[in-house]
Amino acid sequence: MIPHLAAPEAVEPGVWDILLWVALPYVTIAVFVLGHVWRYRYDKFGWTTRSSQLYENRLLRIGSPLFHFGILVVLLGHVGGLLIPESWTDAAGISEHTYHVIAVVLGTIAGFCTLGGLAILIYRRRTVGPVFSATTRNDKMMYVFLTTVIVLGLAATVVANVVDGGYNYRESVSPWFRSVFLLQPDPELMTGVPLLFQLHALSALSLFMIWPFTRLVHMLTAPIGYLTRPYIVYRSRDEQLGTRTPRRGWERAT
Amino acid sequence: MRVMAQMAMVMNLDKCIGCHTCSVTCKQAWTNRSGVEYVWFNNVETRPGQGYPRRYEDQETWRGGWTLNRRGRLALKAGGRLRKLLTIFSNPKLPSLDDYYQPWTYDYETLTNAPLQEHTPVARPKSLITGEDMKISWSANWDDDLGGMPQYGAQDPILTELAKVSEKVKLEFDKTFMFYLPRICEHCLNPSCAASCPSGAIYKRSEDGIVLVDQDRCRGWRMCVTGCPYKKVYFNHRTGKAEKCTFCFPRIEVGIPTVCSETCVGRLRYIGLVLYDADKVLEAAGTPEDTDLYEAQRRVFLDPNDPAVAAAAERAGIPRDWIEGAQRSPVYALINRFKVALPLHPEYRTLPMVWYIPPLSPVVDVVRDTGHDAEDKGNLFAAIEALRIPVEYLAELFTAGDTAPVDAVLRRLAAMRSYMRDINLGRDADEAIPGGVGMTGEEMYDMYRLLALAKYDERYVIPPAHAEQAHKLEELATECSLDYEGGPGMGGGGPFGESSGGAQPIAVENFHMLKQRQTADQITDPADKSSRVNLLNWDGKGTPPGLFPDRTDAPGPGDANPPADSGAGRTEPKP
Repeated sequence: MIPHLAAPEAVEPGVWDILLWVALPYVTIAVFVLGHVWRYRYDKFGWTTRSSQLYENRLLRIGSPLFHFGILVVLLGHVGGLLIPESWTDAAGISEHTYHVIAVVLGTIAGFCTLGGLAILIYRRRTVGPVFSATTRNDKMMYVFLTTVIVLGLAATVVANVVDGGYNYRESVSPWFRSVFLLQPDPELMTGVPLLFQLHALSALSLFMIWPFTRLVHMLTAPIGYLTRPYIVYRSRDEQLGTRTPRRGWERAT
Repeated sequence: MRVMAQMAMVMNLDKCIGCHTCSVTCKQAWTNRSGVEYVWFNNVETRPGQGYPRRYEDQETWRGGWTLNRRGRLALKAGGRLRKLLTIFSNPKLPSLDDYYQPWTYDYETLTNAPLQEHTPVARPKSLITGEDMKISWSANWDDDLGGMPQYGAQDPILTELAKVSEKVKLEFDKTFMFYLPRICEHCLNPSCAASCPSGAIYKRSEDGIVLVDQDRCRGWRMCVTGCPYKKVYFNHRTGKAEKCTFCFPRIEVGIPTVCSETCVGRLRYIGLVLYDADKVLEAAGTPEDTDLYEAQRRVFLDPNDPAVAAAAERAGIPRDWIEGAQRSPVYALINRFKVALPLHPEYRTLPMVWYIPPLSPVVDVVRDTGHDAEDKGNLFAAIEALRIPVEYLAELFTAGDTAPVDAVLRRLAAMRSYMRDINLGRDADEAIPGGVGMTGEEMYDMYRLLALAKYDERYVIPPAHAEQAHKLEELATECSLDYEGGPGMGGGGPFGESSGGAQPIAVENFHMLKQRQTADQITDPADKSSRVNLLNWDGKGTPPGLFPDRTDAPGPGDANPPADSGAGRTEPKP
């Protein structure tokens, strides 16, 4: 059995803990949701992947799938680790040890794929002239945040398992994460968590805050509907011709 | 029967002189922005030639259009929905910019500010993509007029195909004949670009069948570029959105022809409505044999003069004047009445709606060059028979390789020449000539009127969107064009890059684009934007920075006010 730290001691949360683990998550959720609503209403035209495949394909062909599939697995891992309570996996007959081994192995592989893909993509972005000149300041900022989150997450996993011999975040971070969404935030759960996990969570919150204002918005419109819609889309000419609102008092004859 | 209307086009290749006016006016109207420098909604290709982008017709490489799968069902050639989603992070079949070309401008500034030297300074080409010096080695019509034929000729995908049958074709083709092929988006009945779009942003308008990209829903997944076998959907590399020919819908809606048609010097384009049965589209696209697709598509079209069709059309909500427009449609007449128009590459199974009348002129030229009477039907018919290479080439383009329909069309065109010559010379018309190609004398005269006289109002029969809405349509200036919600839009970029922010009416957008074009001194902004001047955009009125040497002398004492063309506001256009 992998030895792991006992559940953290219940330290009385201070002002900073309340700010970081209660106030900040709600601010983040508000910014994330309202930001997307605002962006969708204001800037539908800018809601795109801004693909640079036309400029360069050799590096993209390796880097992009590596990064994207990696991060999808990482996303699934986070859903499994944060949303599903330990009691459920216990009830399903999966021991903590089994869960831990699967999570660490899969998470580390996916994490390194993501990081490797990201490294290729950032290298490409910097060295391929056309791609670099198509990179906005906004993109550069986004890359800093994204890389920080991924590096910290991977570091937390590796350090906790290699150096400290394992850490069961499902007894601290996960319940805290759920408590935020259950509207009963419990900052105490986060006070004793190792620093790297804390930093990873905080950097993730900051990434979610800038999310609606970067090109990352393309994730929310992942084209899942393509699997079910008919191939050819027919649409009627807009009732309103042009973008002007028709004057009141005029009925459109058909 | 589910009747739908389709705005369609026919081009008479006999008349195309390859002047590229359509391409240029189209570019000026739609794609003179940064990000779409390499985009030609309309382009003119010399055939034989590689086309644009290079070898786009080679679907074994590009996987465009539809194909029949092992069970004989219609499927996207580049793979179905799941495969599309799995390759979404890196489209494996996307043409690179090198398959199009690197757009460029010239370093004109050197011409004016180079120091005195022995040799004349030159304006070096600069890439609009990287901003660096480049060597121009390809463009949209690099092989124009068979340029570079010895080097590139064999790379024409159709020649490659024909050469499999006969070696002679490869060696003699460019000596045999040449013609021009203007291309726009085909606005297909079964568009594979729309089917490939994961976001569902590409749609076919149910009123007039024009295929459009919803710029607000496009997310830049790039699958449409692969999906279109004609490679007529382009990726705007600045905005990250797909763009394609719009059939100039703001013009069509008010009843005027597309820009490419309006400006066509040879008057070779015809625009009109075609009524078709939407229920038969998939069946026709799934015809087992490639060579039967031409006939299958013709059977999808409905005869607008048939009272049953007109009644069904009215029930389907097609306005009366549109049905009348369909009855007068030159496109329907050329396709189904005279049977001289053929679809471009029916074997892609998208049921394209821009059709072509194959050129007879190369055949006539050969006959004339041999010293024979080039309008004698016997000579022409014999020549069509003898000149197998052009017929086979045309068949690869228009009928998936079946020479019989091409042969029939060329014979009809040849018959028309002979028949009309007799009439024009005051001789008795020989009714055996139209009879020999399955037409009546009257039909032949009607065809002559449409093809040779080509009156404006007979070439373009475009029923507008309704008159009662006319004051609201974009291009009619009966209301103030700036009068829309949000007031006079100021153009320019939003906080998220190129053209982000709310949509503007097209008329306003055009107004601002025109203004920017007239006042700005760049097509796009290259790296050293402060030091380069684009003379193409200079209308002779402003003084763009860098065009003239800096003025050092102070304004004279008499000039209380500085002249209007100095200072920051000097690029304001003057009436």
